[in-house]
Amino acid sequence: MRRLLAVLLENEAGALSRVIGLFAQRNYNIESLTVAPTEDPTLSRLTLLTEGDDEKIEQVTKHLNRLIEVVKVNDLTDGAHIERELMLIKIRAEGNGHREEIYRTCRIFRGDVVDVTPDSYTVQLTGPTKKLYAFMRAIGETSILEVVRTGVSGIGRGDKILEL
Amino acid sequence: MTEMLSGGEILIRALQDEGVEHIFGYPGGAALHIYDALFKQQRVEHILVRHEQAATHMADGYARATGNPGVVLVTSGPGATNAITGIATAYMDSIPMIVISAQVPHDVIGTDAFQETDMIGISRPIVKHSFIVRSASEIPWLVKQAFYISTTGRPGPIVIDVPKDTTDPNELFEYSYPKSVSLRSYKPALKGHTGQIRKAAVAMLKAKRPVIYAGGGVVQGGAEEELVKVARLTGFPITNTLMGLGSFPGDDPQFLGMLGMHGTYESNNAMHHSDLIIAVGARFDDRVTNNPVKFCPGATIIHIDVDPASISKVIPADIPIVGPAKPVLTELHAALEAELEKHPIDQSSLDEWWRRIQLWRDEHGLDHDQRSRKSESGQLLPQQVIQAVYRETNGDAFVTSDVGQHQMFAAQYYRFSKGRQWINSGGLGTMGFGLPAAMGVQFAVPDATVVCITGEGSFMMNMQELSTCMQYALPIKVVNLNNQALGMVKQWQDMQYGGRYSHSTYSDALPDFEQLIESFGHCSFTARSIDELDAVVEEAFSPALKDKLVFINAYVDPDEHVYPMFVRGGSLEDMVLSKGSA
Ligand SMILES: Cc1ncc(C[n+]2csc(CCOP(=O)(O)OP(=O)(O)O)c2C)c(N)n1
Ligand SMILES: [Mg+2]
Repeated sequence: MRRLLAVLLENEAGALSRVIGLFAQRNYNIESLTVAPTEDPTLSRLTLLTEGDDEKIEQVTKHLNRLIEVVKVNDLTDGAHIERELMLIKIRAEGNGHREEIYRTCRIFRGDVVDVTPDSYTVQLTGPTKKLYAFMRAIGETSILEVVRTGVSGIGRGDKILEL
Repeated sequence: MTEMLSGGEILIRALQDEGVEHIFGYPGGAALHIYDALFKQQRVEHILVRHEQAATHMADGYARATGNPGVVLVTSGPGATNAITGIATAYMDSIPMIVISAQVPHDVIGTDAFQETDMIGISRPIVKHSFIVRSASEIPWLVKQAFYISTTGRPGPIVIDVPKDTTDPNELFEYSYPKSVSLRSYKPALKGHTGQIRKAAVAMLKAKRPVIYAGGGVVQGGAEEELVKVARLTGFPITNTLMGLGSFPGDDPQFLGMLGMHGTYESNNAMHHSDLIIAVGARFDDRVTNNPVKFCPGATIIHIDVDPASISKVIPADIPIVGPAKPVLTELHAALEAELEKHPIDQSSLDEWWRRIQLWRDEHGLDHDQRSRKSESGQLLPQQVIQAVYRETNGDAFVTSDVGQHQMFAAQYYRFSKGRQWINSGGLGTMGFGLPAAMGVQFAVPDATVVCITGEGSFMMNMQELSTCMQYALPIKVVNLNNQALGMVKQWQDMQYGGRYSHSTYSDALPDFEQLIESFGHCSFTARSIDELDAVVEEAFSPALKDKLVFINAYVDPDEHVYPMFVRGGSLEDMVLSKGSA
């Protein structure tokens, strides 16, 4: 099962390497990982996408909690939540017809063209991972020059917040 | 008035303020400012070892004997990497330890400078936590945190990496030591959940075939008395893990002996057939459970552990209780007393259960007097040596061991009666642990009788410390069960590899131990028969040699195996009991 974990971590040198080391050491898998400081500069927040059944995720959670610098762990996939990912994608766009078509597809997906050359567009697209894939399919493999994705960030729905 | 100190002095002062009395260490370039600070004071005694691995095992033995963290000081690079095995050993057995590793100065970190290694990186998977000092001014706070984290919750080793520039004697800082520490990200459980404890009490009183399974967490948590009280109140049979030995009196009829790979017949059988297991401070290690799928099929599991991550890691717990053994057992005892009125113990079932256990014990229990037993070759038996040492020390010595057959014989036949009395590397199984660990114990408890039960293979892994023993006049009694082979490896080769002794023998290349030991100024005896053994053991432990290190080189039957031994991949009741009975 796909799981999205939100982790609050002391914003200290070396803290992230402990999280990553734990996953490697215990043979857990990381699909994607995003991390940046929060509104409180002493805390970083990670969103970590992994795979596992309930037992495995319980174990992962316990081991994360055992790391001294981990302040809080929450499995976002336990409840309603929002997931977003940002993608920058460079697309071949040559000739008027083709350029027009790429541009239209972009607008359908609410992407922003952030850089233009005579032969390419660079597009910024945000959304759930599925939407990014749908966009790539719509563009077609042969037109995609380069893709960079941030990995998933997630937050719970409603008033519930992840706090100390 | 504020005191102005250099970083090196601050470090030593902070250790003093933590109450540290001994540091086990070895100097080198990056550590020299710290060594100079050590030179200028008297409150902390530094013990100069001969190899950094031994320093960590000494600190470890010191910690296991006292419960207080052992402190190690090593230089950067090879000093730090030499300490790794000892840190891993302490980590696996949850031993509090502070390892101060010097580091190259900040301005050259990352340049592959002379004697630079990424100690924080190398040690990351085998420490509870680690720190790198950025400025001398933060040393007191880091030391305070290090001791707090190391000793609370599930204890463990902490590395403090100290770049040389932060100990510069020419840069002075104000010194003050923090009084208290609280970390928002680290809140170890201080007691168990009351509701869960009551649930456990009720389950215990309903049980028909219960077993208490107590491990090193009871010893580490100082909960031996509480364990005994719960056992006495219920009358339940009790078994210990290798790490838990001593937490319950080893010669008590209620004690089933050790469980697991080389556990007793009655203990493993009782576990397998039980309907309720009360696990306290034990972690269902694979050397205990055998095949987890076949583990104790009919048992409800109560699991008490201070580390939530240990619970349901291997065997799912039905009633998990997170908390230190001592307060949880105290509360469990009270809950049992309260519930006893409503739910009296099912005494007839328990009596019947004890009858079954007694049958197992009568059938294949350990023989605690093997004096008259003869081996096929007529040679001394390792069990006889352990029993002789047990008798001569009145079962009261601190006993450290190395790893191998001798370790298992010691665990089986030296019947420990107190926690902290039995000190061995259970989790990592580190050969070379025994002698330095015994030295740490002797420093901690100078007047105690400290015995190191070793094998010639393990002993040769850290025997350079004989020199340290000479320097500090440590009166350790070393009992070498010399089977002239890597006995445990050989046993496996006998049992699983058709007796092909691939690189497990070296009998032509062993030193003359007597000469070796005497060259370090110690005393050495050899025993080849039971009569020689009696005389030698008596003399070794006699008042005349009280202040001497004595080495007993006991030539034991190289063909003896450790039994019982569980059958790999089987359940706990699947045991080999003697040669040819598989
Ligand atoms: C550092 C280390 N290397 C290898 C092993 C694997 N090992 C376990 S027991 C053993 C043999 C130990 O020989 P000895 O110390 O003579 O004890 P004996 O089994 O003969 O009593 C070995 C090699 C180990 N536990 N530790
Ligand atoms: Mg041997």
